[in-house]
Amino acid sequence: MQKKVVLNFPPHLIDQPITYRLIKDFGLVVNILRARISPREWGRMVVELAEDGGRWQDAMDFLADTGVEVEPLAREVLRHEERCIHCTACVSPCPTKALDVPDRQTMTVVFDRERCIACELCLKVCPYQAMEILFE
Amino acid sequence: MANFQVNKTYQEINEKIKQGKAVVVTAEEIIDIVRRKGEVAAAREVDVVTTGTFSPMCSSGAFLNFGHAKPPIKASAVKLNNVPAYAGLAAVDVYIGATEPAADDPLNKVYPGEFKYGGGHVIQDLVAGRTVHLVADAYGTDCYPNKRLEKDITLKDLPNAVLCNPRNCYQNYNCAVNLSNRTIYTYMGPLKPRAANANYCTAGELSPLFNDPYYRTIGIGTRIFLGGGVGYVVFPGTQHHPGRPRGENGVPLAPAGTLMVLGDMKKMSPRFLVGVSLLGYGCSLAVGLGVPIPLLNEEMARFCGVADEDIFAPIVDYGTDYPAGTGRILGQVSYATLKSGKMILDGNEIVTVPLSSLVRAREIALLLKEWIEQGRFLLGEPVELLPTGEEKPVPSFSHES
Ligand code: SF4
Ligand code: SF4
Repeated sequence: MQKKVVLNFPPHLIDQPITYRLIKDFGLVVNILRARISPREWGRMVVELAEDGGRWQDAMDFLADTGVEVEPLAREVLRHEERCIHCTACVSPCPTKALDVPDRQTMTVVFDRERCIACELCLKVCPYQAMEILFE
Repeated sequence: MANFQVNKTYQEINEKIKQGKAVVVTAEEIIDIVRRKGEVAAAREVDVVTTGTFSPMCSSGAFLNFGHAKPPIKASAVKLNNVPAYAGLAAVDVYIGATEPAADDPLNKVYPGEFKYGGGHVIQDLVAGRTVHLVADAYGTDCYPNKRLEKDITLKDLPNAVLCNPRNCYQNYNCAVNLSNRTIYTYMGPLKPRAANANYCTAGELSPLFNDPYYRTIGIGTRIFLGGGVGYVVFPGTQHHPGRPRGENGVPLAPAGTLMVLGDMKKMSPRFLVGVSLLGYGCSLAVGLGVPIPLLNEEMARFCGVADEDIFAPIVDYGTDYPAGTGRILGQVSYATLKSGKMILDGNEIVTVPLSSLVRAREIALLLKEWIEQGRFLLGEPVELLPTGEEKPVPSFSHES
């Protein structure tokens, strides 16, 4: 089995050697495609996992037990610019500051796709349905 | 009658507007002018100050006349894109209210409900020129035998469409926090437990009624920017409470005055009438509204010179106090602090979030300024000003949504 998934790490786990244990303890082949990890924030890692004689189910149980959330790879979260009215409702729920107000004078909400971990928290919060997630 | 050094009339200002000579500034720009030159010079120099606000205004809706059918129908139950509209008026008139959810919406059964489509979205679809599906049922009469009508309507084809909002443009509003231990979903947006965020909802110094706190120039007949078109103040809004406590500058310290407004929806734009889905709460309509304030004298210049640091919102706990109606206010916070992005409550720093869009409020004030400068928009002189007093003593707190 080979699968692309997203691993979401709660802030208290980001200094744990989770990937190492997936490889060492469960024999998975881990190919890291994209990672964003910064102190005190949710970390996100897009990985390709291959079983290759490893123990897939045990690895998934281990991730669930430690509190790492596994989800299928979403291609990306996008913002429909024409729908966004810059109400800022999404700014406080967004855990990574991917949605932020860098300039308090203009009060424009900027969406930084690079910082986005596709946690989807903003999707339901946005009163104007401006945020959308696309799955592969 | 107070004695002013500057005395201008509506007619004089309108004459200047027609000649393209009126001096118009926004409610943000006037602050500095009043500070630098004083209120008398500001009143001499500037004729009109434009204001703006853009946020969810739940007490909104539209009267639609969808035209007579063949055979004729006296509609008694009408749905627009499956959103029920009130049909208890004549034969083919309905009122579509902003907060009405679609008939098959799961509401809060799956909590928190998403309320993806409702009356506000119908209004936005119509002004965007999109087709809306109408279904009308009737019991049939001798003169109106038709019992069911289904048709696609567009705004252009409707005989009449009038946006008519019984309560818009609140003069001040609560700053909402949640002191309980769970996230709550309110019309002020999601509020995280233990006061992790504070949501507020006005454009501060740009907001219309902060710039004319005693409604000296606002009343029945005031011409305004409404939803991207032209509208009018037609009456004090419902829950208009001018008697709420005020600061020394006259600005209310709690939700006070409101406006009932009306305008031709056919001239409006989907940029300034936007359907709203408030998680766990319901549907609404975000309305763009701007009021031009004539600087008839130096007193009006002083009022318009009000800045965010002079305007205060009451902090209210929506976790316990608001639903219980206790009336407790946790404190006052200035809009300057709210707009900075954080405030201190009980020694803790909290993130502040405006639900109203300052970006679009500014756009409205600037558009209105442009219209007046180009002579395309004249001031409407009110035939009667909004009341400044109340018949019964007013409680300092009530449910405002
Ligand atoms: S999905 Fe939304 S809330 Fe989550 S990180 Fe991306 S922008 Fe922020
Ligand atoms: S909540 Fe939606 S409309 Fe508001 S700033 Fe965020 S993306 Fe824009």
